[in-house]
Amino acid sequence: MEDGIVLTMRGISKSFPGVRALNEVDFTLRKGEIHALMGENGAGKSTLIKVLTGVYPMDEGEICLDGHDGAVSIHSPQDAQNLGISTVYQEITLCPNLTVAENMFIGRTADKLVHWKDYERRAAEILDNLGIPARPNQELSRCSLAVQQMVAIARAVDMNCKVLILDEPTSSLDDKEVAMLFGLMRDLKSRGVGIVFVTHFLEQVYEVSDRITVLRNGELVGEFKVEDLPQVQLVAQMMGKSLDDLAELEHIGHKTGAGGECVYGAQQLSSSECRPFDFQIHKGEVNGFTGLLGSGRSESVRAIFGADHVTGGKVQVDGKDVHITKPHDAMMNGIGYLPEDRKRDGIIADLSVRDNIILALQVIQGMNHPISKAKAEAFADEYIEALQIKTASKDTPIKSLSGGNQQKVILARWLLTHPQYLILDEPTRGIDVGTKLEIQKLVLKLAEEGMSITFISSEIEEMLRTCSRLIVMRDRKIVGELTGEDLTEAQVMKTIAGGTEV
Amino acid sequence: MSRKNKITASLGQLLIPLVALTILIVFNLIRDPNFFSIGMRINNAGNAVLTGNLISVIDSASELAIIAMGMTLVTAATGGQDISVGAVAAISGAIFVKVLQGMGAITGSTVFVALIACILGTILFKLFNGTLVAVFHIQPMIATLILYSCGRSIAYWINGDATPQLDSPIINSIGKTIPGIPIPTPIFAVILVGLFLFLIFKFTSLRLYTQSVGINEGAARLNGINPTFIKLLTFALLGVCVAVAAVIGVSRLGQLNHKTLLADIEMDAILAVAIGGNSLGGGNYKLSGSILGAYIIQMLTTTLYAMNVAPVNVKAYKAIVIIIIVVAGSPVVKEAITKMIRNMKTGAAKKGVA
Repeated sequence: MEDGIVLTMRGISKSFPGVRALNEVDFTLRKGEIHALMGENGAGKSTLIKVLTGVYPMDEGEICLDGHDGAVSIHSPQDAQNLGISTVYQEITLCPNLTVAENMFIGRTADKLVHWKDYERRAAEILDNLGIPARPNQELSRCSLAVQQMVAIARAVDMNCKVLILDEPTSSLDDKEVAMLFGLMRDLKSRGVGIVFVTHFLEQVYEVSDRITVLRNGELVGEFKVEDLPQVQLVAQMMGKSLDDLAELEHIGHKTGAGGECVYGAQQLSSSECRPFDFQIHKGEVNGFTGLLGSGRSESVRAIFGADHVTGGKVQVDGKDVHITKPHDAMMNGIGYLPEDRKRDGIIADLSVRDNIILALQVIQGMNHPISKAKAEAFADEYIEALQIKTASKDTPIKSLSGGNQQKVILARWLLTHPQYLILDEPTRGIDVGTKLEIQKLVLKLAEEGMSITFISSEIEEMLRTCSRLIVMRDRKIVGELTGEDLTEAQVMKTIAGGTEV
Repeated sequence: MSRKNKITASLGQLLIPLVALTILIVFNLIRDPNFFSIGMRINNAGNAVLTGNLISVIDSASELAIIAMGMTLVTAATGGQDISVGAVAAISGAIFVKVLQGMGAITGSTVFVALIACILGTILFKLFNGTLVAVFHIQPMIATLILYSCGRSIAYWINGDATPQLDSPIINSIGKTIPGIPIPTPIFAVILVGLFLFLIFKFTSLRLYTQSVGINEGAARLNGINPTFIKLLTFALLGVCVAVAAVIGVSRLGQLNHKTLLADIEMDAILAVAIGGNSLGGGNYKLSGSILGAYIIQMLTTTLYAMNVAPVNVKAYKAIVIIIIVVAGSPVVKEAITKMIRNMKTGAAKKGVA
């Protein structure tokens, strides 16, 4: 193996039923290097890591490690650990009710009798060595999240790890804690540990990384040195557009602008999950929130619908002051919300297609005014026909439908309530191309009929095609608003990357 | 969907309990062709009443059937069970007796007032459980363990250690038979409670809400449903069921014994829900399944007694039969059977081609 290289993965492929998650991906990690693994949602980052750590068996390819002749075989997380590959996940996977020292040594105490005093002494040495501000006999739950994260890293490092994988380690940390974690990462790097850093925060990549490997749709886009890949280029690579190719895209359909009266307006609206923001939408307008995953776009629309705990702000619907603190309030004010995570928040899996369609309308009508069976059947027939929902019958449980058809059922549920303002968070995620187009066309048609719509999608082309105004978010803040001439991919990427503040 | 398919689909859940019941009936008929013969006899009060094993099974299962209905709703909404129904029934019985005796004479109107007081009191106790479950998100088993442990003590405080006697024709009419009507009154109580719940489901959308909350609480909330309220409501309805069952139990014996009133009924009620094909994890449910489950349990007990199995052994035999029913209804076995049928069909088709 080449000198200075600690890990190579060659031609890694992995398929799941119906999806090719990884297609001949290469990855190289050098000693004493922080290597960022970047890609949009579903690009294959987690699959690659799970292959490397033995969670998933790979279909093809080979993994070579420094100090081992030929390819190594990794069949379980235990194998990976024995080979010196350690992972620290986004969620802390330690035991909060045990002490720091216990967490560092649990499961790898060789002696039959455990001398915790000795272990505490060893733990103290390691913590001290790495400059981690925790005491060995402290209960882990009493440490801050960052320190817990660092204890997990200390545990990994002490197991002679040569490859340390940090999967979204910073997503629940504040700025100061992130700085602390980066200090530790640089320290480990200087000791020769190769670190794979997975994150969706672009700034953080540029702060600590040496190299970046970009994946897209399960394929390797390339490996870059950080200084060779400016932030805008990185965004372009992740989205699969080279900036030169970005001729102005033509907008299909015709988009209606902010001509009509204001249907919904919020000032300094905030929730437990998002910072205060201002927002308004007009009759017949389609707008969108854009930004990378984790930028706060979903949290913002959840605040509008009252899905999270609303903490402040003034809201007007049709010019009248209203209080929207829970989904029911929003629904009574003519707002509908198709949630981002269809499986978790959208479908009632065991209920029939019919019951799933009438649910929201039933709630708006109130518990004492049940929709009669005959009416429910008629509504279901109407929307199965209108949205071309493919289902064996109205009585089929929604869980046995395909993803796209499930999404259409949820869409039908909200259309049936005839909302004046409909929020669609990732309505096209995980569904086939044909249905994606159908949904986009439907959005434009509904807007023409006077409905106001907020449309969120990870696929920027979809938003450019449908939205007349884009609100750009980064790190949970609105960083720009694009309309008219500015609605181009290049401009969106520049704004996301922080190139131009609008 | 064709009409035939619809019938099989709605039968699906009830298939195993119906088969179990049929086997029990056939078994009894083989053992004793006269097992289900119904006779007429004059009881102590001088009324003509129907007698026979069948009447006895349906009559004795009444309290269980009523409580099983309430248990089904709580199970559907919370994905958990209330194990305090027996202990709370003792409290309900104590309230009923206390209020009734406090008013002096036992007349139609005093019994009615005592019944209402008993229902309201029981709802309060059930709302205590419901609050722990719905507001504080304590696991139903733990939340209801509290009243399970101390319910019978509370019943004792209400009435002292006495076993108050209620000697009155009205109480007899509730617990046994109404003069002139040969069918035991508790059977009518099951029908009344069933009708009460049926009407609630007919005139509100509670069924849809309960199932939604039980299947996906988060999604239900995002559709404007208040899961806390729905869970509390199911506990309140269980309270009504427990109160009615307790009054029947007290009236049947003409006395209140806080130690034995509906003892161990919680486990039988949960069992009835499970035998009826309902998921104990919440979600979709069929009240008819649970009622069927209650009758199966009672039929089993009666059969075993009729076979002169010693009372100490009855529970062991019951356990064996119930294991069979529950395993037969488990997803693993269901899937295996579906696969077998499919294989047989394709096998037959292949043979046909050959």
